[in-house]
Amino acid sequence: MPATVITYIIRRLVAAIVLLFIVSAVTFSIFFLMPKLLGATPETLATRYVGRAATADTVRETAERLGFYDPIYKQYADWVGGIFAGADYSYGSGVEHCPAPCLGYSFRNNQPVWPDLIDRLPVTLSLASGAAVLWLLGGVAVGTLSALRKGTIFDRAAMSVSLAGVSLPIFFTGLLSLSIFSYNLGWTAVGGAYTPFLDDPGQWAYNLLLPWITLALLFSAQYARLTRAGMLETMNEDFIRTARAKGLPERTVVVRHGLRGALTPILTIFGLDVGLLLGGAVLTESAFSLQGLGKYAIDGITNYDLPKVMGVTILAAFFIVIANLVVDLLYAVVDPRVRAK
Amino acid sequence: MNSKRMVTAVAAGAAVVMGLSACGGGTSSNGGATNGNGGGNTPAFNAALKSTFNPSDKKGGIVKIANAGTWDSLDPGETYYGYSWNFLRLYGRSLVMFKPAPGGGSNELVPDLAEKLGEPSDGGKTWTYKLRKGIKFEDGTAVTSKDVKYAVLRSTDKETFPNGPAYFEGYLSLPEGYKGPYKSKGVNTDSAIETPDDSTIVFHLKQAFGGFDYFAQLPQTAPVPEAKDTGAKYREHVISTGPYKFDKNEIDKGFNLVRNDQWDASTDPNRKALPDGYQVSMNVNADDIDNRLISGDLDIDIAGTGVQPASLSRVLGDPALKANADNPTIARLWYTSINPTVAPFDNKACREAIEYAADRTAYQTAYGGTFSGGDIATTLLPPQIPGAQKFDLYPAGADSKGDVTKAKAKLTECGKPDGFETNISYRAERPKEKATAEALQQSLQRVGIKLTLKAFPQGDYFSQFAGNPPYVKANNLGLAINGWGADWNDGFGFLSQIVDSRVIRETGGSSNTSVRIPEVDSMLDAAIGETDKGKREGDWGAIDKRVMEEAVILPGVHAKSLLVRSKRLSNVFISEAYGMYDYLSLGIA
Repeated sequence: MPATVITYIIRRLVAAIVLLFIVSAVTFSIFFLMPKLLGATPETLATRYVGRAATADTVRETAERLGFYDPIYKQYADWVGGIFAGADYSYGSGVEHCPAPCLGYSFRNNQPVWPDLIDRLPVTLSLASGAAVLWLLGGVAVGTLSALRKGTIFDRAAMSVSLAGVSLPIFFTGLLSLSIFSYNLGWTAVGGAYTPFLDDPGQWAYNLLLPWITLALLFSAQYARLTRAGMLETMNEDFIRTARAKGLPERTVVVRHGLRGALTPILTIFGLDVGLLLGGAVLTESAFSLQGLGKYAIDGITNYDLPKVMGVTILAAFFIVIANLVVDLLYAVVDPRVRAK
Repeated sequence: MNSKRMVTAVAAGAAVVMGLSACGGGTSSNGGATNGNGGGNTPAFNAALKSTFNPSDKKGGIVKIANAGTWDSLDPGETYYGYSWNFLRLYGRSLVMFKPAPGGGSNELVPDLAEKLGEPSDGGKTWTYKLRKGIKFEDGTAVTSKDVKYAVLRSTDKETFPNGPAYFEGYLSLPEGYKGPYKSKGVNTDSAIETPDDSTIVFHLKQAFGGFDYFAQLPQTAPVPEAKDTGAKYREHVISTGPYKFDKNEIDKGFNLVRNDQWDASTDPNRKALPDGYQVSMNVNADDIDNRLISGDLDIDIAGTGVQPASLSRVLGDPALKANADNPTIARLWYTSINPTVAPFDNKACREAIEYAADRTAYQTAYGGTFSGGDIATTLLPPQIPGAQKFDLYPAGADSKGDVTKAKAKLTECGKPDGFETNISYRAERPKEKATAEALQQSLQRVGIKLTLKAFPQGDYFSQFAGNPPYVKANNLGLAINGWGADWNDGFGFLSQIVDSRVIRETGGSSNTSVRIPEVDSMLDAAIGETDKGKREGDWGAIDKRVMEEAVILPGVHAKSLLVRSKRLSNVFISEAYGMYDYLSLGIA
């Protein structure tokens, strides 16, 4: 790998770390500083962590235990400190050490956040990766064919279907497909079914088939339309005419020259989409009851379990940053013009 | 998309899905039997309401359960959800329990860990229980009274166990400043609980409490072995005393219960333990739960609060599905507080004008109508609570749409013949409360009372807004949409937190926002100390009437739910004590 590329990667990684700190500071401020600015006291913040039968003493002690009386910068520093050095949390009869990287501790279920994130990551990873393969292949193929057969019935039908795909929300298509294919026809797995890939790859794919297709339907529509537009533009470029003039077979012209040129914007959006999904495909996971990062975040939001939300936010930001870095590096592979620069 | 819009969108999407998939709904041997109270094994609407549907003693099979959310805690010391108390009896035995029987029979308290119900002495300030012999934990060690004492004491540590009820710390004669066995290690607590021998436990109270057996049925009296207590993490592996124990417990995802070979049926007259186990999934899509229940892939929606709005019309509209549904009343009242601290509600006649002018039918419709909303309420106490009386101090006309003439007369009496303006609060996340506020806005407008709607987040609703007296007064919150469910079916369990003025805290947080009647406080004290069950139950009805005379609460509906009965299950019946299916008696058909 050339030294310039290595330098570039290092520079981007350093920028990514800075970005993650900014994201964490902003997220922390939203949850802990904003309420204070809007008049919340340490006690009112603590009321969310005590039951309905709590006395004033219990509320005060809880606020103290959670550090709500500390200045906001100290609370943030403690949280960041936990990432590097770990932290200790009391669970009544003892103290639990949350080892680094300690992204917080859920006071609802008395669990460190990081192991929960790691536990749920494979579900989200499986969902996002399978769906990404489907939508990328399906979307690009349909978009390319539509561009090459512009104005035909296939083109019109494909674009209409893709428009419907973009328009239909996942909680509609998800529940509908579950109802038809799982409960009425019995062809696919029921909601919530998940088998780790290493345990049984076949069952893993079977369980995730419906969520993949549903999620891919939403995204592939967008990719088909984007590919079609890109291909239409690229196929009118001079270098395509040159390639044809050189006598290259049409397949080579389309795939090696046309599609390659149209892929750059696809790659950009693909990186962003995959990065976003790795932070939790909230609606898909909710519709199919998959215990991934998105569902974990929803659970955290519903129950005011802010350490969970913080953890997912940081992890999602990390994935987006990494996905963008990978996309930037892939530009050079896909587009020779970038390599030349 | 914000959460509210998302929920609305999900509901709308789900409604379409349910409609589209309705043609593939379930089948039944009885095409459309809708007569109630059937029992036996012929599917019929409300067949499990008052009797056992599909009775059987067949053992085996796994009951599949789903939860749209998560438990507050599986720890008997800190759980406060009704469904959790219902379910917990599978793995925990408290001193006393509600009888697993259909309908009203379930309101009867029967001994569980104890040989018989509590024996009061010292005028109801001391209660003694004798434990049955031969009861063991899942590891084979014998259960003693010290394990029960330890369980109760640890539950008083509200910093470690924030979710549980606080009756024991409120009533037990604990040493001053006692904070539970972790923080107050070694402190002598015999002033509160004595264990003279391994099978006797004696509770000492600060004041007489005639209904202490209701405290004794709380899961907090299920024994916990001190040596295996892991504080807040005990919920990860509760040591069982019931017929089932935890096999696998993935926090917030699900768990399995398998048979506990140390449970001895001869020590337990209340449990049949028919299935071989229970398989529980958490965080399952609520609409998907309904789909799975209807298709037969799932047996129980653990929350027991009924099907989602999207499934409601589907179930009610399909005779076959309706024949596999039950419509129990829940011990819950949806109501509106009328705050006498806010002018002009400091005048009783102005409060009475609200009672007369409110359109009760619109209130019921706002909560979902007869089946999923409930019955129009004219009293506080739901009908299934012993002592509940039927009366209506403010008749709303034959159509229940309000008596405008009487309302106007009351307005004239309070010096506001042309009406007045005030605010009404509701929880922003609850569409039914918003619909109720709008319904009241329309119906009160008929007599010149103009309401301005004020939405507040439910997390802070009582602590900072509707339950915070200075805020209520300063912001003219004359009316506040409210609701309350009984901790158990008893006047104390229902009334104490909503009509006792002493629970109102100036710093906020109380569900009682409007009832400040010293006479009612005295009546409550007298009823609480009464050890004669019949007299005590009479007192609750009298308190209900006295509160209604002051017109500080506008009753809305006594809640109902629509539950789907799984076709796989046997021994299905509604427990009135829990307002849902009894989870202890189920079997696989």
